[in-house]
Amino acid sequence: MLLFAARRLVQAIPILLGVSLVVFGLVHIVPGNPIDMLLPPEASPEIIAQMKAAFGFDKPLYMQYLLWLRNALIGDFGLSVFNASPVLPQLLTALSNTLILALGGATLGFFLGVSTGLIASSYHGKWPDKLFSAIATMGVSLPHYWCAMVLVLIFAVFHDWLPAQGMGDDNVPLYARLEHIVLPVVTLSLIPMGVIGRLVRATVLEIRGQEFVGALTAKGLPRWPVIRHICKNAAPPVLALMGLQFGYLLGGSILVETVFNWPGSGSMLNLAIFRRDVPVLQATILILATFFVLLNLLVDIAQAAIDPRIRR
Amino acid sequence: MSGTTIEISKARLPDITVAEPAAPGYWKTVGQRLLRDPVTIGVSLVLFSIIFISVFAPLVSTGDPYTGGVLRRLKPIGTPGHWLGTDEGGRDLWTRLCYGGRMSLLAGILPVTFALTIGGLLGVIAGYAGGVVNTLIMRTMDVFYAFPSILLAIAICGLLGSGITNSILALSIVFIPPLVRISETVTTQARQLDFVEAARASGTTTMQVIRYHVLANVLGPIMVYATSLISVSMILSAGLSFLGLGVTPPQPEWGLMLNALRQAIYVQPYVAALPGLMIFLTSMCFNLMSDGFRSAMDVKLNK
Repeated sequence: MLLFAARRLVQAIPILLGVSLVVFGLVHIVPGNPIDMLLPPEASPEIIAQMKAAFGFDKPLYMQYLLWLRNALIGDFGLSVFNASPVLPQLLTALSNTLILALGGATLGFFLGVSTGLIASSYHGKWPDKLFSAIATMGVSLPHYWCAMVLVLIFAVFHDWLPAQGMGDDNVPLYARLEHIVLPVVTLSLIPMGVIGRLVRATVLEIRGQEFVGALTAKGLPRWPVIRHICKNAAPPVLALMGLQFGYLLGGSILVETVFNWPGSGSMLNLAIFRRDVPVLQATILILATFFVLLNLLVDIAQAAIDPRIRR
Repeated sequence: MSGTTIEISKARLPDITVAEPAAPGYWKTVGQRLLRDPVTIGVSLVLFSIIFISVFAPLVSTGDPYTGGVLRRLKPIGTPGHWLGTDEGGRDLWTRLCYGGRMSLLAGILPVTFALTIGGLLGVIAGYAGGVVNTLIMRTMDVFYAFPSILLAIAICGLLGSGITNSILALSIVFIPPLVRISETVTTQARQLDFVEAARASGTTTMQVIRYHVLANVLGPIMVYATSLISVSMILSAGLSFLGLGVTPPQPEWGLMLNALRQAIYVQPYVAALPGLMIFLTSMCFNLMSDGFRSAMDVKLNK
């Protein structure tokens, strides 16, 4: 098991290197120099050269990449071109804010998804199955930024029950302003609910059709132990999808954060794009993608822990 | 190297297996099954009407999508002459929705079409050739797979600058990896079918094998998967416009309209929610249609 985990870890390294190349390449393929965006058009060549040297844009591309990678490895993402303060602390604050939403959304979404999926599969073909499948399909096709707006409409415009925007007063501890979290978390939970619900239903139905389930029942095993066997067999694919979905929540919350004015990594990315803030952009995309890769790694290992057949 | 990612692909992609060629009239059976499926027929009709009002927007709409008036700003639903109300510029919302469908549908469907062509081709090549070619193509895709799709789309689009072309380009890049994966999987499966082996053994050229034996068998499942991607693509492309990265104002487009009307949510809540409803409706129709096709084409269900 340990060997398996170590091997997976080594396999993730080339992927991560590739990711870093793509992130770096993306930023540098683009026409237009970030320095030109910052300085007025009438700036003298000396000042431009000075700025370029200060941010390291004067070196050849491969040197810039290697330097950037080396610094990124030790957590130094340089200075924001926009406000000349270190990128890392800003990014960590934003990430922790996003993490709150992603954790909440994932917990709620996975719980609802697994329960609706299980109910639907145990009433296969009857009305609860049809109802929950319909809900799951709606969850999958929902533009979540629109759903966020509709929730704001219902809970903040029509009824003054929940705040529509922001995180509330920074000086108040987080647990005292939980009402700010409710709407974004519910919005974020809908897609994982639909996706997981559909998969749980399909997987459980497939496993129930397998011969060993029939054999267990025929042997006289009571209902609940049989269900336990089914769940254990259904867990690996569902777990894998949960990992992916959590990654999407972390990396894809930008739209929901925009609607709710949530100061997370998505908003940071959005601002960095409009400000052409290259160091912030690179750091945010790199960190989010790295999270995603590591998350998949964790899921792989967890899957192998549940199902020994995966450990090859 | 492959381990990490194979599990991802299993998780993300639907369980699609290449059907053993059924008795003659496979497509006829599929067609008959579709006709017996009221949901698929229903959503196809809805989708057809949405496409119809977008294509024939000048005929079905009641005015010009660009002319407004300060005095007519944000009228409610049911206003005489503007049955769906007016937007923040006093422009007729029904007209804007009709014309907006053109851009939204285009920006949703085109990326998948491009990705299907490029990704399908790469996948079939990787699956059929195997070996080094396969490793090269699939490992490159793994790297792009390491980004959450929305993040990659926003990053590409944000860096290239806003505009409908860039938005379509960004989404095409995002959808290539999943399509490469699925076509690689089904092609590898198809290549091992006995009759394909037989065709190769009897000296059929590679191009002919791919065209008549492999493509004929893999195109169905790949197309079904692509249909479900259109649903995601609609949501993402409208999302890019919503962020100001897609279509530029005053072009009518559902995502952009939704963002503009977001400010008017306290004044005209129902009117403000309408463009989003259109995105939702279209995306759900594509999803349900894909489901319908999938179960109609699933040979296993017949037993």
